[in-house]
Amino acid sequence: MDIYLPIAAVSVDVFVLLGLGAAVGFLSGVFGVGGGFLLTPFLIFIGIPPAVAVASSANQLVGASVSGVIAHWRRGNVDFHMGAVLLVGGFAGSAFGVWMFALLRRLGQVELTVSVAYVVLLGTLGALMLVESTRAILRRNRAGAGRRKLHQHMWIHGLPLKMRFRRSKLYISAIVPTGLGFVVGVLSAIMGIGGGFVMVPAMIYMLGMPTAVVPGTSLLQIIFVAANVTVLQAAGNGTVDALLAVLLLVGGVVGAQLGSRFGSRLRGEQLRALLALMVLVVAAKLARDLGVRPDDLYSIVVVGSE
Amino acid sequence: MRRRQRLMLLLLLASLGLAAASGPARAQALVADLTNHLVAITTGFTGTSVVLFGATDGNGDVIVVVRGPERDITVRRKSKVAEVWVNTRQVTFQSVPSYYSIASSKPIDDIAPLAMRQLHQIGLDNLRLTTETPLSPQETTEFRTALLRNEARAGLYPPGFGQVSFLGDRLFRTDIRFPANVPTGTYLVQVFLVRDKAVVSGQTTPLVVSELGLDAEVHDFADRFALAYGLTAIGLAALAGWLASLPFRNA
Repeated sequence: MDIYLPIAAVSVDVFVLLGLGAAVGFLSGVFGVGGGFLLTPFLIFIGIPPAVAVASSANQLVGASVSGVIAHWRRGNVDFHMGAVLLVGGFAGSAFGVWMFALLRRLGQVELTVSVAYVVLLGTLGALMLVESTRAILRRNRAGAGRRKLHQHMWIHGLPLKMRFRRSKLYISAIVPTGLGFVVGVLSAIMGIGGGFVMVPAMIYMLGMPTAVVPGTSLLQIIFVAANVTVLQAAGNGTVDALLAVLLLVGGVVGAQLGSRFGSRLRGEQLRALLALMVLVVAAKLARDLGVRPDDLYSIVVVGSE
Repeated sequence: MRRRQRLMLLLLLASLGLAAASGPARAQALVADLTNHLVAITTGFTGTSVVLFGATDGNGDVIVVVRGPERDITVRRKSKVAEVWVNTRQVTFQSVPSYYSIASSKPIDDIAPLAMRQLHQIGLDNLRLTTETPLSPQETTEFRTALLRNEARAGLYPPGFGQVSFLGDRLFRTDIRFPANVPTGTYLVQVFLVRDKAVVSGQTTPLVVSELGLDAEVHDFADRFALAYGLTAIGLAALAGWLASLPFRNA
């Protein structure tokens, strides 16, 4: 059944949107990543204009993340204190990112920058996570392994302005999560994503947060970053298609609930290994696309629509 | 079925009107109209077709050109830089029709000489497209071809010629097809009556493609109250997220 989307100005099959929403919602619930890095390319693939795909994905992320946070919160797996500190950096970062995006657009290189950014980020993170989680799984399989330290101590733990995060069992400098929030904010403005796939590994490996608390806290900060992006896009570019977002959500919210239940049954290192594999697959696909000769070397765009 | 009956009625009326007009005074050589002057894009829109019908005052051939609202289009060319395909050259064409289709009652080469086609911009080859900055003839051809190819792929420049069919030797009709992604705005339907390789009469009829109903209201609201629309969109999404989590509360 086809439906006409008012802002995107194209007709698409409702069931494709519902199914896509459900699949992305499930991933979001399992891993605590928003799924924007999968959703946006797929929306473009089914014919939604890229600018609308990016903005509407952000809109649907708001809803999906609210649903996800509620599910994690019921299990006591959200660190609100950490979320607030991350957000301070997040807002500053997304403002800077929006400025950078405008600059790239003038240069006509947005598409390339976004793809290269995805490949570098996803490739590096995916590889690091895969190595780490495989080691952890092997270690656990060797019976009777000794009790591990909560996290490794690195130079970043020596920074000033230390704060205590009870839920995360951490006592670290506030500079680290603020900086992380900033970086993710920049990325989300440029790449049109919530930034969960950067946030989640960084929370685990850089901040040393317990894996159980990570998805809920990551989703909490995605709610606000995505809401910020939605308003900026709607007011600045008029590219938010609320009907598209709501349709994706109907499938997405149910998927997120199921996903977070499924996720809580997996062990931390298994979860990380799965996420790493998924991230690597996306990176490999994007890297391949960069080097493959396009079917048509020429592309057209209506002036003012990007 | 009902549409066909209505069409027949309209054709009848058109011919009656023509008969009545061709009294002592000099008759119009060409009369044409559309079954519908408004293509309404609603939630279930998957493309549509509009019938153009009309009558001539004698023999001759008919060419119908449909042009969508004009907009500027940037064409970008990629080339390989260090193993990666990068946009390295871009050219902007001004006032490019967002839709272009053509239909004729006989093969175009038989009825319209090149000079006539160029003058009236009949056929994609004769579409006048100007660039912002002057280009070499070779580059103009290259980017122009790329533009036409991309528009055709999007379904907005249907390839080849549609058929204008004559019912008897005076009444004619043709179907104008619009795909699901048809841009909104005012279209111009130009009808040319051709005799002995010359245009003897012409008529231009506007056709409006517009969003209607809930979609139009959403679009309108999003345009005029962008910030409020953004906030509403967030609110809706958050509400949907909360509602969906309720059934799972006791899980």
